[in-house]
Amino acid sequence: MIEFRMPSLGADMEAGTLREWKVKPGDTVERGDIIADVETMKGIIEIEVFDAGVVEQLLVKEDEKVPVGTVMALIRPAGETAAPKPAERHVYETFKSIVNVKEEIPPVPAPVHEGLRASPLARRIAAENHLDLSTVQGSGEGGAITREDVEKAIAERDIRLKPRPAEPATAPAASTENIRMAVAAAMSKSNREIPHYYLETSIDMSKALAWLAGANRQRPVAKRLLPVVLLIKATAKALREFPDLNAVWENGLQRKAEINIGFVISLRTGGLIVPAIRNADKKSPDDLMETLTDLIPRARALKLRSSDLSESTITLTNLGDDGADAVFGVIYPPQVAIVGFGGIREQPVAENGLIGVRPVLRATLAGDHRATDGLTGSRFLAALQQLLQQPETL
Amino acid sequence: MGDKTGILITYREALKQALREALLSDDRVFLVGEDVGRYGGAFAVSKGLLQEFGPERIMDAPLSESGFTGAGIGAALAGMRPIVEVMTVNFSLLAMDQIVNNAATLLHMSGGQLNVPVVIRMGCGIGRQLAAQHSHSWEPLYAHIPGLIVLSVGTHEDARGMLLSALKSPDPVVIFEYTYMLNLEKEIPADAGAVDITRAKVRREGRNISIITYGAGVYKALDAAAELAAAGIEAEVLDLRVLRPLDEASVVASVAKTHRALVVEEAWRSGGFAAEISARIMEKAFYELDAPVQRLCGVEAPIPYPKHLEDASVPQIADIVNAVKKMIRP
Repeated sequence: MIEFRMPSLGADMEAGTLREWKVKPGDTVERGDIIADVETMKGIIEIEVFDAGVVEQLLVKEDEKVPVGTVMALIRPAGETAAPKPAERHVYETFKSIVNVKEEIPPVPAPVHEGLRASPLARRIAAENHLDLSTVQGSGEGGAITREDVEKAIAERDIRLKPRPAEPATAPAASTENIRMAVAAAMSKSNREIPHYYLETSIDMSKALAWLAGANRQRPVAKRLLPVVLLIKATAKALREFPDLNAVWENGLQRKAEINIGFVISLRTGGLIVPAIRNADKKSPDDLMETLTDLIPRARALKLRSSDLSESTITLTNLGDDGADAVFGVIYPPQVAIVGFGGIREQPVAENGLIGVRPVLRATLAGDHRATDGLTGSRFLAALQQLLQQPETL
Repeated sequence: MGDKTGILITYREALKQALREALLSDDRVFLVGEDVGRYGGAFAVSKGLLQEFGPERIMDAPLSESGFTGAGIGAALAGMRPIVEVMTVNFSLLAMDQIVNNAATLLHMSGGQLNVPVVIRMGCGIGRQLAAQHSHSWEPLYAHIPGLIVLSVGTHEDARGMLLSALKSPDPVVIFEYTYMLNLEKEIPADAGAVDITRAKVRREGRNISIITYGAGVYKALDAAAELAAAGIEAEVLDLRVLRPLDEASVVASVAKTHRALVVEEAWRSGGFAAEISARIMEKAFYELDAPVQRLCGVEAPIPYPKHLEDASVPQIADIVNAVKKMIRP
């Protein structure tokens, strides 16, 4: 079948209006016959046909404006028998539907490490080997991390991990994409189902930090404590007094006997993972520090045991000193609370009619309003605050 | 079969031998250009050829680049295999209309009916104190044009072989020859002849960095690589050879091996060919890169006459060595 198309009648012509068909279906046309009048910006022009045959079908109506190249009529070449008309369009539609079904899945973007200078190759190798680039010292231009730095870090890590016996029951092979999807699902469920309430209190950290400085002076560098262990311990101890916050909501409130603090570790490749610090209320600050030292690298290497992941009874998120001032968490279901700590900042503090500058920590609680009320949460934060004023008792 | 013993030869002599072999092996081949006959070529490349082949095949043309280049294109259309010599690349701008608007486009515009097997040789480059009149690196201008094959003769081996392969091409070929290398002696195999004109070539293997270059940059990069080897840095030297169509695969393969690339050219930096190479590496080998791609290009000024300023206006061996060291040991 010959397709008769809207011709281009000048380089600047984009469309033409069919004014009149000079033929009708069934007419025989010869090469050179005028078969239509088309109006362009330059006026009405007679259009000739370049093939001989029988007009099969006129596809454009009179006074219709169509772009250059649009099929206007189908002409059956002389000698060819009539073809079933709808075939062509049908095939096209079928093709279109096949194309539509096969939706392309966009490729997963490469992990992004904000503010880290590393070569593309170094990033690629680190991602392939689940290496946290933030732990790597760069030797390249401007401190950029190069392939050599990454390969060295991987080799060192592998040596560190090797002597250990095979770890029992490792969590199912987690990839960063899986983790992203898991976080997405849990957080969506939380936001959908849990009515959150939020509380915040500012805690003077001068006593806690002073105690920590003294305590660290007596410890070798590798065993020194970070402020976060005091926060974990204080949270765990405070929870003893408020068992309704150390619980899950499954067909009503169910308190948990152990206080297992789910500690949020963000992965540099995106996403986060929340291993449990079991019986945190019974661990000394040194024990907690040791637990963290073990847990954080394993978490970032995605080498956690399944028990590490399933036992938490409450979540603690700590932004650290580089983080924002405060964090208002989203509860990890079926838990009923999440405690959040911002960075410790020097702030003007009014006390006894005087103003002083103190290191201040903004502690927050997001609670499940089905499980507890603001009063419980408020008392919990007050207890937490009290505990951090007596760091030696932690 | 062939004789692999080396012979010491100048770049000029290699070019002349190629011309002579071409004239001997195909009587459709003729040379046309300014001073190519009686004078023996502005740079003595065609010296003696008029006496050997006669004025029908070694044709002195008047000062009319557009005219004799167009004549070459016409002869190619009519079945000849013309070699058009443009004395120096600066004059080629007068012939550019013929090259770009006719030679490069006729195959396309004739719907594949008219191919133009013309070979256009141009003397070019910097280093003979020919100042801003005759010292140019305009390879990027021609490498920009679809329809042309653009070759850069960076070695004696290619001086001996590229012309012969270019004459076999059904499409127009522009060959850049470097006047400052004419007297340079190097060894080539005694039986050297036609060479491949589709691929770039690794002139020296290395694993720490790829020095990607062409033309006058090739020997400089090789000398720099030798110096770097003494300092414990193994630089690979990739001679692009064919600027259009670019052998992207060889560029990517080299960068995938060394993970660092320094692109060296004498042409001006902005919009130069190094920019194109750099962009291709970003597009095709980004995740292989362990350091940003760097360029060493000509200083963006008309080429000066005084020797020391001329030297300073294009990358020299010491510049390449320094740039590589800075990239590898920042």
